[in-house]
Order: sequence, then C-alpha cells, then structure tokens
Amino acid sequence: MTALQHISTNRRWVEGWRSFKMAAWLGWQIESNWADPLLFFIYSVVKPLASTAILVVMYGIITNSNFSDPLFPYIYLGNAFYMYVGAVMGGVSWAVIDDREHYKTLKYLYVAPIRIPAYLLGRGVARFLTGSLSVLITVLAGVLFLKIPINPLQANWPLFLLSLLIGVVMLAMMGLLLGSVTLLLVHHSWGIAEGLAGALYLFSGAIFPLDVLPAWLRPVGFLMPITYWLELLRRSLVGDIAQAFPTLVGFSNLELLAILIGLTLIFGCISVFVFRWCDHQARERGTIDMTSHY
Amino acid sequence: MNSPVPRGQINVLAEPVSNKATGWRLFVKTVIARAYPRIIGQQREKSWMFFDIFLPMMAVSAYVFVYRAIGAPEDYVGFVVMGGAMTAFWLNVLWGMSSQLYWEKENGNLALYIIAPNQLMAILLGMALGGMVATALRAVVIILLGTLLFNVQFVVISFFQLLAVFLLAMVALYGMGMMTSSLFLLLSREAWHISSLAQEPIYLASGFYFPIKSFPYWVAATASIIPLTLGLDAMRQLVFPTGATLGFLSVGIEIGILLVLCVVFLTGARVLLAHMEKLAIREGRLTESRR
Repeated sequence: MTALQHISTNRRWVEGWRSFKMAAWLGWQIESNWADPLLFFIYSVVKPLASTAILVVMYGIITNSNFSDPLFPYIYLGNAFYMYVGAVMGGVSWAVIDDREHYKTLKYLYVAPIRIPAYLLGRGVARFLTGSLSVLITVLAGVLFLKIPINPLQANWPLFLLSLLIGVVMLAMMGLLLGSVTLLLVHHSWGIAEGLAGALYLFSGAIFPLDVLPAWLRPVGFLMPITYWLELLRRSLVGDIAQAFPTLVGFSNLELLAILIGLTLIFGCISVFVFRWCDHQARERGTIDMTSHY
Repeated sequence: MNSPVPRGQINVLAEPVSNKATGWRLFVKTVIARAYPRIIGQQREKSWMFFDIFLPMMAVSAYVFVYRAIGAPEDYVGFVVMGGAMTAFWLNVLWGMSSQLYWEKENGNLALYIIAPNQLMAILLGMALGGMVATALRAVVIILLGTLLFNVQFVVISFFQLLAVFLLAMVALYGMGMMTSSLFLLLSREAWHISSLAQEPIYLASGFYFPIKSFPYWVAATASIIPLTLGLDAMRQLVFPTGATLGFLSVGIEIGILLVLCVVFLTGARVLLAHMEKLAIREGRLTESRR
C-alpha cells in the first residue's frame, strides 16, 4: 500500500466515524426531543411491555399460569430479545424514509462530506438504545414477576455479551441492506422493514420452537441468522432450559456461534455490495430527493 | 373573447349561487368526495393492500403457532384469526382517522378544508366511510386466508346479531376515531408517537388475540370503552362453538352498550370537533408545521 493510499484509507475511516457519531447524536435528538424525559421513558417502555403481555396472557390462559414450564422462558426471552430486530433493523432503514420524505434532507446529506452508510448505521443507534431499555425492563419484569429462571451467577455472561454484540452488528447490516433497497423505493417503503420484521418473527423461532412450523417452512428458519442468535442468547441466560427443545439441540454453543458469525459476515458483505448498487441506481433514477407525500 | 375555462369543464364561478349545493346536499357531497379517494386510492396503489394484508397475517400466523405450541383448543386459533382481521380496522382508525388531520396539516390540506364552504364533520365522516369500506375488504381477505391456512371452523348462531354487532362496533369505533381526530388538531410531531403508542396496548386491553373474559371484571369493563373490545367479544360468541362460554357479557347486553357508545362517540365527535377547531384557529395551530 502506498503512503497516499494509506492516507486515503485513514481519511475514510475518520470520515466514517465522524458521520456515525453525528448521526447517532442526531438520531437521539429526533427520537427523544418530542417529549419530556418521563413521557419518553413511558413511551419507550409501554409499547414493548404490552406486546410481551399479550403473549403472557395467551400463555397464562391456556396453561393455567404454569409459568414454570420450560416453554415459557423460551417464548418470553425470545420475544424480549426480538425487540432488537425491529429497533436496530428498522432504525437504520427508517432513516432513509425519515430524511427523504419527512425532513427532506437526504439530498443535502448526499452533498455533505459524510459517508452515507456510516450515517445510516449511526441513525440506528438511538433506536438501539431505546430498544435496549425495553429489553432490559422486559427481562427484569420476567425475572421479578414471572419467575423467568435467570440466575446471574450461573448465566454464561461472556457468551451472552459476545452473542449480543454479533447479533446487533448482524441486525445493523440487515438494516443497511433494507435501507439500500429503500433508496430505490418511493411509495410505501415503510412497509418493507415491518414486513421483514414480521416474517422473521414468524420464521426465526422467536416465540415458538421451529418444530411447530410445518416441515416445509422450517428450512426458512434455519437460513436466518436470528434463529441462531436467539438460541445463543437463551442458552447463555437459561442454558438447560433452552437446550430442552429439539430444534437446535444438535449444535454446540461454539457451532452456533460459528454459524452466526458466518451468516453475519455474509450479510455484511451483501449489504455493502447492495448499498453500492442501490446508491448508484438511486442517483441514476433520481430517487434521492423524491417525495411521495404519503 | 375566449372563455378561460377549457371546453368540457364546468365553470364553477359562472354557476349561479342558487344552484350550488348547500345544507345537507353539500354535507352528503362532501362525505362522498372525501370517501372517494379512500376507496379508489387502494385500487391505484396495490402495494398498500399487500402490506395491509401481509403484515397482520404475519402476526396472526405467529400467534396461531404460539397457541399450537402450548396446546390450545382450536377455537383459540379462530379467535386469533378474527382478532387479526379486526386489527386492520384499529390501524385504520389510528392512522387513517385520528392522526389524519395531523397529516393533512403537515401537507397543507387542513387550511383548505377549513376555508372551503363545507363542514369538517362531513370530511371526517367521508374519511370514516371510505376507510371502513376499504378496510373491510382487507379484513375479509385476512379472515379468508386465516380460515384456509389454519382450518378455522365457524358455527354462526345468528347472522342478524352478527351483522348488527359488526355494524354497531364499526360506527362506534369510527365515531371514536372522529372524536380523537379533533384532539389531534392540536398536536404536532407527537401525533405520530401517540398513534404508535396506541397499537399494542390496545391489542392487549381489547383482547384481540384472547378472550377479554380472561381479565379481571373491572379491567375488562374499562377496556370496553374501546368499541372493538365488546364487538370482538360478541362476534366470537356468535361464530365459535365455545365462544359463548368465554364471553365477557351476554351478546344482548354488549349490543346495548355498543349502541350507547355509538351515540356517545358521534355526539362527542361533533362537540369536540367544533371546540377544537375554534381552539386551533385561535392558537394558530392549523397551519403550523413543527418537524
């Protein structure tokens, strides 16, 4: 590598980091400054807790509140950590719609000295933070009120933190992929992220073991990194209970981690190439500054 | 001198004032005019229909598989399918009615609505009727798909009561939407967040995916202020074999309460709309755009 190339690479990283930081700060302001902190906290917590409560009530009615069954922590934790999917993936891709349709600033961002992929990833940080708060409160509520058997002394924290980190990167890459596609869509691009999150919710075994799905649909779940990510998170927190379900019992933690890393790398590479292609197409088609008023 | 109006078009300004619609005729024309884009719009934008059916179907399927995983009786699968179909109406009321005036304000249409010689109530009624018809089509598709995919069995006890419950629930629900939309006249950016916040908690409180009877009596009674709570409960009682045993109140009482809700919400909409319009004009909120 020549000295000139080295300087250019360094500049790209510096520019990328600066874009990421500023976007994260901007995203936080947009997400949070419409209300006072208390109202914002309530807003951040009520929505996810309500969706969790739907599952808890459904489970409680049918099993006569038998929350000690291993299936309950499986459902509960899967649902809790799935909140990250909507938050991170949706947060990154929503930035395109928000800046193009609502604030009408995407064209100005394109002419500013920033790196757009880093900017989009940064915009997802705010929702990652609010999502983390929701996950934390949901898990705590489960431990305190519903006897989710998480023992802090027995939990595999290194595995948990590593899985969580890889998972968040994987979701951010999926968000970038969606954001890239959104650059080309003008009408109803909001539905893409929600649609994908809904499909992943169904096929990734978030709230029921994959064996419940019809046999011909199960392979879809095995192709999704979220399936392995959720399994790792469950195993790290409630090891024996998570391993009671036959879906991924044949895989060790290390194998699951390797699959997750592999799929994350694949998604990362795909998202970079897809972004470049979509970015070029969006410039060609003139969709960067197009607004639909929907 | 050539006429400024192209051939084939009506010169509105040249029309005598006496021939222009006024009173109830203007009201009806406004209702039809506002309902028209709601119904025709969905034909022109097919992707709306796809997402409006696809997204609830994903949630419905996920909850069906949860019930199957925990060994629930098959009627619960039907409860979920019916609840999933009704989410389309709730989403329409939230995003297409309550927060609609906020969007109109953002797009600059609201001021035009106010200065036009029609009533805001007629515009809201048009939005409600158009939205109701368009959403009903989607709800029917969700029920059909859910029934076919998950083999749901219906045993209708009384078609007449079923139709009455559905219509009353819709009138009360959209009346509530009209009432809350007047409150949204005063809101700005927070309107989006408030609508977003009212999704899942209402799914929970109104028992979209489980019988409302599972809640303590007073919780269920409080949740009954949302018309879909009693509407869903009554409809489940009327179409599922075990529905009656899982009903919160008898169908007759629920029909009576829904009737009261219809009157309360429609009257409330009229009163609140007039008040909020004046307030919004006085405070200069009709044309503001705080992003």
